[in-house]
Amino acid sequence: MPGQIMKLAVASGKGGTGKSMVAENLAFTLSRTEPVTLVDCDVEEPNLHLFFPAPATTTDVTVPVPVIDETACQHCGLCGEFCQYGALTVLSNRILFFPELCHSCGGCILVCPNDAIHEEPKRIGTLSTSAPQPDLKLISGTLDTGSPHAVPVIRAAKKQAANDQLVIIDTAPGTSCPVVEALDGCDACILVTESTPFGLHDLQLAVDVAARLGIPAGIVINRSDGKDEETLRFCIDHDIEVMIPFSREIAAIQNRGDLLCRARPEWQKDFCALFLKCRALTGGER
Amino acid sequence: MSKNKVTIMKVCFTAKGTNLDALMEERFGRAPHFILVESENGSFEAIQNPFADGGGGVGPKAAQVLIANNVQALVSGQVGGNAQEVLAAAGIAMYTYRAGKSVRDALDQFTRNSLARSG
Repeated sequence: MPGQIMKLAVASGKGGTGKSMVAENLAFTLSRTEPVTLVDCDVEEPNLHLFFPAPATTTDVTVPVPVIDETACQHCGLCGEFCQYGALTVLSNRILFFPELCHSCGGCILVCPNDAIHEEPKRIGTLSTSAPQPDLKLISGTLDTGSPHAVPVIRAAKKQAANDQLVIIDTAPGTSCPVVEALDGCDACILVTESTPFGLHDLQLAVDVAARLGIPAGIVINRSDGKDEETLRFCIDHDIEVMIPFSREIAAIQNRGDLLCRARPEWQKDFCALFLKCRALTGGER
Repeated sequence: MSKNKVTIMKVCFTAKGTNLDALMEERFGRAPHFILVESENGSFEAIQNPFADGGGGVGPKAAQVLIANNVQALVSGQVGGNAQEVLAAAGIAMYTYRAGKSVRDALDQFTRNSLARSG
């Protein structure tokens, strides 16, 4: 499968269904035949580096935040009125700035009539890039503890892989902004679920998000216990391809920090097949 | 009685409704209404909190409403950290009321000076 150009996201509604397991085994398997970039966009709790230990180059991720020149400020209050996030409060003799509320929109600078505001970078997280094995690049975004905005770190991680051919993106669980940001612009996504009521409920939410973003989605049922009727029925109802129902035996390999496809190479063909199905979802011509 | 301490003061109560019989709202930034009472004569006006359903940063924004209305004291159940910082910087005194009864009851306790200062 040479020369693939594809951005593939691995997401799930429910947490703990096996997103990272699917992403890392896909990346491991595909990298045996072509260059793959694996991007950990679960920036609040990145974990892919645990399965691919290697020396990494780390850079800061920053966002611009306003700095007020108190000598130029006339305390007119326009910036505070403009800020939709409550990050700036203008009192008669001083300004209070709450950096954790700031969304770095830059609007305060535009509305200031006295040129009293400029921007300075503020660190919110890091990007680590490593090459754990030939033809595999790992990019991990990590949000700093206490930083509330995951999205800029995810954006930076994806940007670092922007020129790469075959990119696999591991997203955060759930269906909120960090997941939307990670899915945005992807050619297809795999939604990993489990055959529990919670898994199905959250899968439905994730399917909806992918549909609204216009991203073709396939489903992997992980830890299948053979009682998948409801999930399978949902898949059929929604004309979504059911991919690989997995068995339980994987957990032990995973829990010791090993990769399924490294410990049990016979699984590689299943992940190759999974990737081919994903490519088919995109129309196969990307 | 604290009449000598409180001369002319505008006091804000966080409320679920628009009059003195409305229940107190424990949250500050997301309170549906602010009841502003003139402590001197008991007259009041109700203003709707435009940030009650806001996405985030509602505490400082709501505090700005109080500043714009020349409020000198706030009676509420719980004031978040950012809002507290703004209110303190603006010199607005904060009092805690968590009995869950009406604005009238909170006002009564406030005028009897039986509420604890917070923030």
